Formats: sequence, structure tokens, C-alpha cells
Amino acid sequence: MSLPARVATLVIAFLAVVAGGIFVALHYIGSQPPVEDYTSVASNGQVNVTLMTTPETTVTDKPDWVSYFIKSPQTGQFVHTTYFKVPANTQVNVTILGYDGCTPLRNPYWGQVTGTFTSSGQKNAEDVSIFDGKKYGPVTSVSTFDSWANCSVQHTFAIPGLGLNVPVASPPTVAENNALCAAGPCVGATDDEGNAPHSVVTFSFRTPKDGGTFRWQCFIPCGGGFLDGNGGPMGTPGYMMGQMEVQA
Amino acid sequence: MAAEASSGASTPAAAGRSGGRRDGLWLLVSWIVLSIIGCLLVALVWGPHLPPGAASQQARSQQVDITVLGTIATPVVIGVLLYFGWALAFWRQKPGDETDAAPVHGNTRIQALWITVTSAIVLALAVYGTIELIDPAGAGGGQGPQPVFNRGIPAAASLTSWSPNTNNVLQVQVIGQQWAWTFRYPQFGGFETTDLVLPVDTPVRFNVTSLDVIHSFWAYQLGVKADANPGVNNVAYTTPEQLGAFTVRCAELCGIWHGAMYDYGKVVSVSDFMNWAHSTETQLAALTKILPPYALTYDPTVLANVGKVNQQLGLTSAGGGYYNPADPEQP
Repeated sequence: MSLPARVATLVIAFLAVVAGGIFVALHYIGSQPPVEDYTSVASNGQVNVTLMTTPETTVTDKPDWVSYFIKSPQTGQFVHTTYFKVPANTQVNVTILGYDGCTPLRNPYWGQVTGTFTSSGQKNAEDVSIFDGKKYGPVTSVSTFDSWANCSVQHTFAIPGLGLNVPVASPPTVAENNALCAAGPCVGATDDEGNAPHSVVTFSFRTPKDGGTFRWQCFIPCGGGFLDGNGGPMGTPGYMMGQMEVQA
Repeated sequence: MAAEASSGASTPAAAGRSGGRRDGLWLLVSWIVLSIIGCLLVALVWGPHLPPGAASQQARSQQVDITVLGTIATPVVIGVLLYFGWALAFWRQKPGDETDAAPVHGNTRIQALWITVTSAIVLALAVYGTIELIDPAGAGGGQGPQPVFNRGIPAAASLTSWSPNTNNVLQVQVIGQQWAWTFRYPQFGGFETTDLVLPVDTPVRFNVTSLDVIHSFWAYQLGVKADANPGVNNVAYTTPEQLGAFTVRCAELCGIWHGAMYDYGKVVSVSDFMNWAHSTETQLAALTKILPPYALTYDPTVLANVGKVNQQLGLTSAGGGYYNPADPEQP
């Protein structure tokens, strides 16, 4: 082989390796779930964000993983992502539709509600309505959940950087905990398909005046089967943890 | 050539030998002068600013240790660099000089001196290190569930009450979990909080454990670092000596949000601490009631009531409960 041919081969091989490295970095390491942008729908200093917890995620290649979904403010459809963007210095009114069964908190400390206020102005509390299989119960304000007394929590929504922690309530009944929707997101026409969440949780909090990115996570190790429950969906963006981008 | 070599002083090697004594003297004098200057700079100027500072008895001790080690290492570093620079500047090969350098032979006196000096330094540091480990009560490191080095630390006389200036160490349980630190104060009703507040000039016993994987509790400015292992109580001591904030980090890669296990603690006056502890105990009374009884360890695989709750609710799916052995993704 001539010298120019050798040099050309070497350069091509080098570029191929570099391109492969860049592809891996961008495709696997740098990839993240889509970001649902709520900044354009905020009005009067408030924005409404709707989340959903599901026992399964059939729209992905991990159908048996628990997951959060976020309602797209543009299409109204639930999207498999845990990344969303909200404006700074804004009251965020969150609704979580809880479709999963209960799992007691490993650390009962996370059973307390912090960093929130309810529509009635009660601080460090959330409004909860439980579906008993036939109808929804009254909306009650709860500030502390004892998940070991009656298995009343399925997941948590926590933003540690803002001191926010919200347990997602769960009906403590055998029937409801074994009547989980078989699809994720749960948006079907029947109970099995997810027309009625087991619980509806609402609360509000304020975003900081300055922008920033805040991670949020579930504090129940609900990655069933994985090491100490914290692997799988607990450690994968788009499932049980994500980021809230606050746009200044 | 042979005649030239036998004439001695005309060869470069011979010239080197004639200048060797003078070079050695210059090197020795330069090394001594530079070492004295360097040691003074490290000990007196740099030393007070070395990490981790002097916010606690343990941190101050570590700072002194690093200063001592740095001061001892300074002449060694200067000697190596000086010899290297001298060789580059004065002993470089002249253009056209093809001869070999003078052969090196063993020197018993130098070898004996080298072995003696280095052995003395290492043994002295071993003794010094042992003393420094004992005196500031374990030097801020985790000592396992039965700490040996507790000099100056009051005994754990009571787990249910504490007041200042008594012969009873203040106990704080540090609980690592993915991905946050929480802290329990057993002597104040056992409340749990994400705030780490400590009184100044008071010995503190950290009982460090984990709820899930291995974390490492690193209170940087306090000079405390102790692994947080599930099912293990790892004891570390500190005596804060400066008011103000200190950082708390996880120093063991523990999952995707390891980098977010970052928090701040606070050292306050004893009276402020008592006010904070009592008010927090009252404020968190309802939460404290649902916490498990205070224990030095948590074993997540044998949490009380897991089986009971699962059985009670008839949980058979991935929708609830922990560690379903039938889960196909069990590693």
C-alpha cells in the first residue's frame, strides 16, 4: 500500500472512531426525554401542570416499569416524560392522577407534605380524593401520611432543592390495589384501562424568582426487583425521576 | 585517545570530577537555603489556609497534619527539582562530546544514610499519625459501631435526653438514602429532619447509616467523613469550634443523583441549638409519631410490616410492595 493510501486509511479510521464516540455520547449519554413546555400556557402568574403515575409503561420497551407521565399543555395527551418547563416566580398548580397501587415508604419521614399550599391556603398540605371503586370520596387536606398504618401512599413527588415533598395517596383496599390499569398511560374507557385514577392529588407551590433546573424524584424505592428498589425506573430519566426547568 | 585519557584533566569526565565537589557544595547550600524558605512558607503562610480549615477540633487537627506532612515533603520536593534543574543547566552534554559519564559506584555511607533517614521519617510519621488518630477522637473518620478512639468525648450516657455541659455526648443519626440526607436527634424525642444543626464547642457523636446503598457522609469543614452502609452503624466524632455553615456531601457514588446529595449544615450557639431542637421537636411531633422507634441501623430487606402490609392488601403485582421474588427482573 502506498504512503498516501496508508495515511488516508489512518485518517478515515480515526474519524470513524471519533464519529462513533460522538454518536454514543449524543444518543445514549446526552439523550433525555422530551420537555413539556408550560411557559406558554401560564397566565395571571399561575400555571396548571398535570402528572400521572402508572403501574406499567406499555408505550416503551420497559412495559413493567412504573412511571410518571406528563400531560402535554399543547395536545392534552399524556406524554412519557418527566421533564417539564415552567416560568419563574409563578404559582404552579399540580394535579397528580394516581393510578398505581400502594407501596409503603421505606423512610416514613417522606410521608409529610412540605413546601406546598392547597387551594384553601393551608400550608404544607395537599388535597386528596380517593376512588373506592365506584365513586370518588370527598376532597380532604392531608399533611402527613402514615404509609405503614394503612398503606396509603403509592409514590412521592419531591423537589429537594425547593424543600417540596408530596406523597401521592393510594386507596388502602385490596380490590383497588389489585385493579391496576393494564396500559400506561392509563387513559382508557374502562377502569381496567384507566378511566378512573385511584387517587387525585392537588397542591400548589411557587417557583423561585430566579431560573434554574431542579431535579425531582420519587422517594419510594419502587423499582421492584432491582437492587434495593432503586434501580430501573427509579434511576432512569423519564420514569420515576426528572427535572423541572424554571425559566426566568 | 589512550594517551589523552591517561593524561586525566583534558577529558570532560575528568573535568566533571574536578568540578563535582564544587557543584555538590553549591547544591547543598542552595538546597538548605531553599528548604528553609520553603518550609517556612508552607508551615506559616500556606498552612493556615490548607483544607479542611479549622471549623472543628477534628478539622483543625487534619489541617495541622497536612501542614506537617507538607513541611516535611518540602525539602524532598525542592531537592528533586533543584537537582533536576542543576543537571539541565550545568551538566548538559557539550556539543561534540561523545564520551560516557563517569561510572557510578555504590556508596555504603550514602546508602546507610538514605535508609536511616527515610526509615526514621516513616516511623516518626507512623507514631505521629497514631497519636493524631487517638487525640482528636478518631480524626473525624468512621470507626464502626464500637469506636475505639473517643478521647475527650463524653460517654453516651442517655439516648433519650441531652442538656449542655453534661457528661453525655450529643447524638445525631445520619441517614443516607437515594438521594438525600436526613438527620435524627434521638435525645430530642427522636425527630427526623433534613436540617443538620449542631451546637458550637460541643462534642457530637454521628451515628451514620443508610437505608439502601452505600453512601458516605462528608461534612467537609468539620473534617468528618464516614461511610453510610445499610445495616451498619458507623460512628464518627466531631467537636465544632466555629459558628457558621458547613457543606455536607455524599462521597460515595450512589446512583444517578449522587451529585445532588449536597446540603448545608449549621453550627450555632448552644442556646440557639437548644431553641431550635425544642421547637423542631414540637413542630415535628406528629411526624415523629409515625417514624419507627429509634434504632442505630435500618435493614431495608427486613423492614417491619412489609410482609404484613403485602398480605393484608393482597399485593401480588409490581404495583406494590418490595422485593417480589417472582419479579422476572430480580438481579
